[in-house]
Amino acid sequence: MSKAFSAIDEDREVDRDAFTPGVEPQPTWCPGCGDFGVLKALKGAMAELGKDPEEILLATGIGCSGKLNSYFDSYGFHTIHGRSLPVARAAKLANHDLEVVAAGGDGDGYGIGGNHFMHTARENHDITYIVFNNEVFGLTKGQTSPTSPKGHKSKTQPHGSAKSPIRPLSLSMTSGASYVARTAAVNPNQAKDILVEAIQHDGFAHVDFLTQCPTWNKDAKQYVPYVDVQESDEYDFDVTDRREAQELMTETEEALYDGTVLTGRYYQDEQRPSYQAEKQSRGDMPEEPVAKRYFDDDYEWERSFDVIDRHK
Amino acid sequence: MTDDELIWRIAGGSGDGIDSTSQNFAKALMRSGLDVFTHRHYPSRIRGGHTYVEIRARDGTVTSRGDGYNFLLALGDSFARNPSEEAVYGDEEVKPLTENLDDLRAGGVIIYDEGLLDDEDVGDLEQQADANDWHLYPLDLRGLAKEHGREVMRNTAGVGATAALIDMDLDHIEDLMSDAMGGDILEQNLTVLRDAYEQVSEMEHTHDLSVPTGSHDEPQVLMSGSHAIAYGAIDAGCRFISGYPMTPWTDAFTIMTQLLPDMGGVSEQVEDEIAAAAMAVGASHAGAKAMSGSSGGGFALMSEPLGLAEMTETPLVLLEAQRAGPSTGMPTKPEQADLEHVLYTSQGDSHRVAFGPKDPKECYEQTRTAFEIAYDYQIPVILLYDQKLSGEYRNVDASFFDREPAADLGTTLSEDQIPDAPHDPTGKYHRYQHDVEDGVSPRTIPGQSGGRYLASGNEHWPNGHISEDTDNRVAQVERRLQKLAAIRDDLDERDQQTHYGDEDADIGLIAWGSQEGTVEEAVHRLNDDGNSVKALGISDLAPFPVAETRAFVDSVDEAIVVEMSSTKQFRGLIQKEVGDIGGKLSSLLKYNGNPFEPAEIVEAVEIEQAGDGAEPAAQTTLEPAAGD
Repeated sequence: MSKAFSAIDEDREVDRDAFTPGVEPQPTWCPGCGDFGVLKALKGAMAELGKDPEEILLATGIGCSGKLNSYFDSYGFHTIHGRSLPVARAAKLANHDLEVVAAGGDGDGYGIGGNHFMHTARENHDITYIVFNNEVFGLTKGQTSPTSPKGHKSKTQPHGSAKSPIRPLSLSMTSGASYVARTAAVNPNQAKDILVEAIQHDGFAHVDFLTQCPTWNKDAKQYVPYVDVQESDEYDFDVTDRREAQELMTETEEALYDGTVLTGRYYQDEQRPSYQAEKQSRGDMPEEPVAKRYFDDDYEWERSFDVIDRHK
Repeated sequence: MTDDELIWRIAGGSGDGIDSTSQNFAKALMRSGLDVFTHRHYPSRIRGGHTYVEIRARDGTVTSRGDGYNFLLALGDSFARNPSEEAVYGDEEVKPLTENLDDLRAGGVIIYDEGLLDDEDVGDLEQQADANDWHLYPLDLRGLAKEHGREVMRNTAGVGATAALIDMDLDHIEDLMSDAMGGDILEQNLTVLRDAYEQVSEMEHTHDLSVPTGSHDEPQVLMSGSHAIAYGAIDAGCRFISGYPMTPWTDAFTIMTQLLPDMGGVSEQVEDEIAAAAMAVGASHAGAKAMSGSSGGGFALMSEPLGLAEMTETPLVLLEAQRAGPSTGMPTKPEQADLEHVLYTSQGDSHRVAFGPKDPKECYEQTRTAFEIAYDYQIPVILLYDQKLSGEYRNVDASFFDREPAADLGTTLSEDQIPDAPHDPTGKYHRYQHDVEDGVSPRTIPGQSGGRYLASGNEHWPNGHISEDTDNRVAQVERRLQKLAAIRDDLDERDQQTHYGDEDADIGLIAWGSQEGTVEEAVHRLNDDGNSVKALGISDLAPFPVAETRAFVDSVDEAIVVEMSSTKQFRGLIQKEVGDIGGKLSSLLKYNGNPFEPAEIVEAVEIEQAGDGAEPAAQTTLEPAAGD
């Protein structure tokens, strides 16, 4: 049998330019947009991990963030609003050798796709989920989003939003994510390091990525100065301890709206098996990727006639 | 009275084991050489509702439920016995007897469990029996079961009593019991069965009904529509299913879920139907043969992922098991009124294929075809069936299922084909090339070297990147449409429509899906009575078999479109697709929650032939042709 997926292999030397498609050299993002920071960090992380562009599936939602796979060269699936996660996790189930990354905005992931976010975290699929959090709807021109601060005024909230923002980190950990971090576009080194860890993590890794929107969120902070909770002496906590993590997540979520930008790793559980491992241990999923079998000419396909006797 | 058929109805409470008992009895009849057909009626409740299953058995093909029935085994509703719930249930426990009497034919036989049903609650049963020539056999089934085993074995006692009354050997029943159980439970059941048989054999029999005899040329299997769909999917190489429970789609989902892990596949029960459909898209994109499905309400949530599959040309098979709507409607009742929903939901021009199989064999065959079409033409294919077809069983030659699997991924490149396929200078694969045969541009799978591209729900260039260029837009739209024309040609070869009756008839019936077998029986009956009628059963709902349907309508003076819908959706589809033939099409509609009985169709044809505009006696509606 010839190899079905030869892009999937051991780590290798890869230059970050390998992830630049050359098809759309000029992104449609506005100058100064935080999305450039995500793109740069993701390219850096994948190069550092020695990933072949063709062993990566980058599934995105809709919004400015959904364009990420237009500017990042790999296999890509630009899905529909809020649905990058079900597409991504099914791709992982069909071929768990793929490196699967999902990405979308705060409206995409915490709003319209909130149910999928909760359940993907709960199931702990071995995928990485990057949420571009700019606290606003950018592509549709500045409406209030699930992470906009209470009182946020926009064309759809002329009297100021009466809603408290979503707590992305708390929601993520409560739902079952086994790696939860926040980083910011203005902090490229930390962003790249966190993405490296998130991709390496065997389980659902959620990165809330603060991406400043210079067009629709002008008065919002540029997310500087930021504090790295791992670097700072002020925050001493155990990243594997759910209670301590929860306390700092709460503080971080509230501090953001007071102008203090806290970032870093918040929760990490390396003990919890991934969804794939759980399923396989129960005999509920094959060891070999399902997708491989279709390229194996010698495979003896099971057939329904094998179980027909129960109908006699 | 002697009938050439047995129509046995077992009635009891939901949860009384009616399903399993009826299935084993149907198998016993099948093993004895008869053709069988089951009809399942149940309420949308876990407990406390009344349910019945009807088994029609005769020597030779049976394609429909009958008109009424001739044997009632009324177990009574054992779940209505909780004294603390008396206020709620009242005389519920006798209803499996009293509520089933309307359709019992003259000469019919009734066994009821006098150990459970209080004679005082039964009312004027004896007078009714006299008036209708029914033959009553009250039996203490409960007592019999308790004496030799446990009370739940009332079913077994009822089956033993039935066998005695219709002169049926116990051999096949005993064999089936031995297959299904063992130890003390088996011994107790066998004792209950034989004791009931002997007691009833010794009673005086006043009826004249016995089980028909027949024979089969080869071994048979008892198959439901849902099983046949699942088996078609397995044999087509489907190894991924995602779904959310919803009646009646749950049947097929459950069967697949129980089979897949042992067959190297994956089943996922997920948070909602949006995720279910999106996951099937994701799995297919990553190289698995994948399916999802739901019933009407859940399918509504699938609209957007369905459109995504159309735009990204991701192969996908979806099931839609209809039930009576709108909204929650009647969850356990069939209807055919999701037709327009399935054909037209999702924004933009729809590009999809839809089949409406009529019986378990077509369910199997058309599921295989659905996967072939989906993966060859990179398009979603929807199997539209309903609660009736999902759960009704009939016998099929076992050898029908002795088939080679066809698991290939259709128009998907293998790695060694990729270097010769068109690419951008930058290395991106041209997944969506403009000028390709039949409009189909081969796809690659993530992980393959040299095959990377972008799949996008936005309009896109050949490499998949987003584009609003007008020339590219026109080329892509026309290419996608071209696939539908090619699929129609492909389907013409497969010949999925069925013709019934006299070729030269002046009056025609047109039906689709689960009602086709009933129409078939009505046509035979009408023609046996000296009429000249024919029928066309349509399976290809999209792309529609325009030429074949036009030829059929042209060949008759009048065509009655038979469907379970109040707004004539199927007739509307025919008129839209075939054109100006409205003057010839009238409608026979039923939307009370029960499928057609053959006599109701016979009645409608007779009314149409008489031309006197009479109202049907049945709970059906005749809608005249446009302009009449």
